[in-house]
Amino acid sequence: MGSGSGPACDIRLNTRLTEDQRRRFQNVDTIRRLLRESRTIAMVGLSSDPAKASQFVATYLQHEGYRVVPVNPSGGEILGERAWPDVASVPFPVDLVDVFRPGRECVAVAEQAIAAGVPAIWFQLRIDALKAAELAERAGLAVVLDRCVKMEHGRWAGSLHWAGMNTEIVTARKRQRGLV
Amino acid sequence: MATPRHRFGFETRMLHAGHVPDTEVGARAVPIYQTTSFVFDDPETAAQLFELKQYGNIYTRIANPTTAVFEERVASLENATGAVATASGMAAQFVTFMTLLQPGDEMVASAHLYGGSITQLTHTLKKLSIDVRFVDPTLLDQWESAIGPRTRALYGETIGNPRGSILDLEPLAQLAESRRIPLIVDNTFATPWLCRPLDWGATITLHSATKFLGGHGTSIGGVLAEAGRFDYSHFPTIAEPSPAYHGLNFYETFGHYGFLMKARAETVRDTGACISPTNAFLLLQGVETLSVRMERHVTNAMAVARFLAEHAAVAWVEYAGLPEHPQHELAQKYVGGRPGAVFAFGIAASSGDERAAGSRFIRALQIFSHLANVGDARSLVIHPASTTHQQLSDDELVRCGVPPEMIRLSVGLETLEDLLWDLDQALHATSD
Repeated sequence: MGSGSGPACDIRLNTRLTEDQRRRFQNVDTIRRLLRESRTIAMVGLSSDPAKASQFVATYLQHEGYRVVPVNPSGGEILGERAWPDVASVPFPVDLVDVFRPGRECVAVAEQAIAAGVPAIWFQLRIDALKAAELAERAGLAVVLDRCVKMEHGRWAGSLHWAGMNTEIVTARKRQRGLV
Repeated sequence: MATPRHRFGFETRMLHAGHVPDTEVGARAVPIYQTTSFVFDDPETAAQLFELKQYGNIYTRIANPTTAVFEERVASLENATGAVATASGMAAQFVTFMTLLQPGDEMVASAHLYGGSITQLTHTLKKLSIDVRFVDPTLLDQWESAIGPRTRALYGETIGNPRGSILDLEPLAQLAESRRIPLIVDNTFATPWLCRPLDWGATITLHSATKFLGGHGTSIGGVLAEAGRFDYSHFPTIAEPSPAYHGLNFYETFGHYGFLMKARAETVRDTGACISPTNAFLLLQGVETLSVRMERHVTNAMAVARFLAEHAAVAWVEYAGLPEHPQHELAQKYVGGRPGAVFAFGIAASSGDERAAGSRFIRALQIFSHLANVGDARSLVIHPASTTHQQLSDDELVRCGVPPEMIRLSVGLETLEDLLWDLDQALHATSD
């Protein structure tokens, strides 16, 4: 990460969370640490349909060097990886659970992540998962809510900027290799 | 230890947003990537770029690293979620419409638009079976009653060209929201320094960056920026599967970036309305001093408007910064009482002599440049009746709101006394 702390800019756009919720569930330092330190990401609700958003995220993450573990009750293989029916069945440790399911299913997913000892859980954009997020927070997990893991990676790796998007990153420091 | 968070101000973002010095060279100025294309890492990455599964550069017609700095910087200043730069302001407008609309759709637009925009909306969109209804932008009732079941967007200019009417953004945005259609606002004359339409509820704002954003009359360019708040799930052009991308649903997959991704990856790609990287760089040089220039532009414009309003050889002045202008209060609300630096006035002339008086005035000016542009650092002037509208009769001119005695000024950054001197001597020469 180079010397010193990361950029001090605030990231405020494109969320439905309140200021207080943003501080708890969109902490920039937490997001950057999870992107930097996670290697194996279980994606709950990864679709086998290449046109779905979850496939765009998974393909991107694989290309960036993460191992993506599909969690999908339909089973089979998705993007070259065996799909597991739920988080509890994944037979090896994962660093992060990334959730692509409707809000009503998220508490159950959070409970499984807690039981499995997963250190972090991330609920994708526009998922109404505040209860699940608070549950995971109380259990000591690092929690991200109402953000997209691909967009956040692109934000801090510099590639989201190439699409003309407002990354909200403002700094006069030279970019570090890897994530800013 | 957690990094303390800070919100950077407008001027800081004018200079820094969208450009982090790169890892290898660390160039402080924005580098000009004057290249058509970008070498791929490997065939798999290339395939993913074409499928929009990676963010990255393929070909400058779609995206370019210099242009991306310009885009992100404008997005930041407009408080937008992102932006797409285009070949010109007309292209920014057209790309916006082509992304949102399809044959059979309708749009309601202000009648106080730049003449070239009126032509695009009336004739070019008609060829695509898109009908536009024009309304008096100052009358909310007219907007409301013009909206029909096929209306897919509202369109107006923050500060109308050339009569200076101010768009009442807040109720108009509420009207658009209640009908679940986007409000599109051309913010060219105000610039984000004076007004940010997205903050008042607009969905899309766009610019002829050729004007005040660039500010030096060197380069043609445009840009459109989107708020990222509009729900496009019922909007077929954004949320239906795209045949050009294997059935991709841009709104479902890219969420708040859906419209912008579609505008770039389909409309700009397919129409070829891209900006040159060198022009993006030149426009960025203007953006870096936007606030400083705009402060001087509006100070000079206000003084010039006051001077003309009191001049015996002037019949009328239409500048919403003056208390007698019908949108003076709206100008206080939306642009802090400083409605840009482009406005029109009428030369006092005897009946039948108005057009010739306009020509005499133009001929006598020493420091205002006679040309068809606005938003240069230099002061500019045009007499529509003898140039852009010269084929129309006096009656026709009056009907389209451009009477024969009308002069349009774009007030620049010169010494104020010199501008007043020039206008005064030319007005005297006109009436002699």
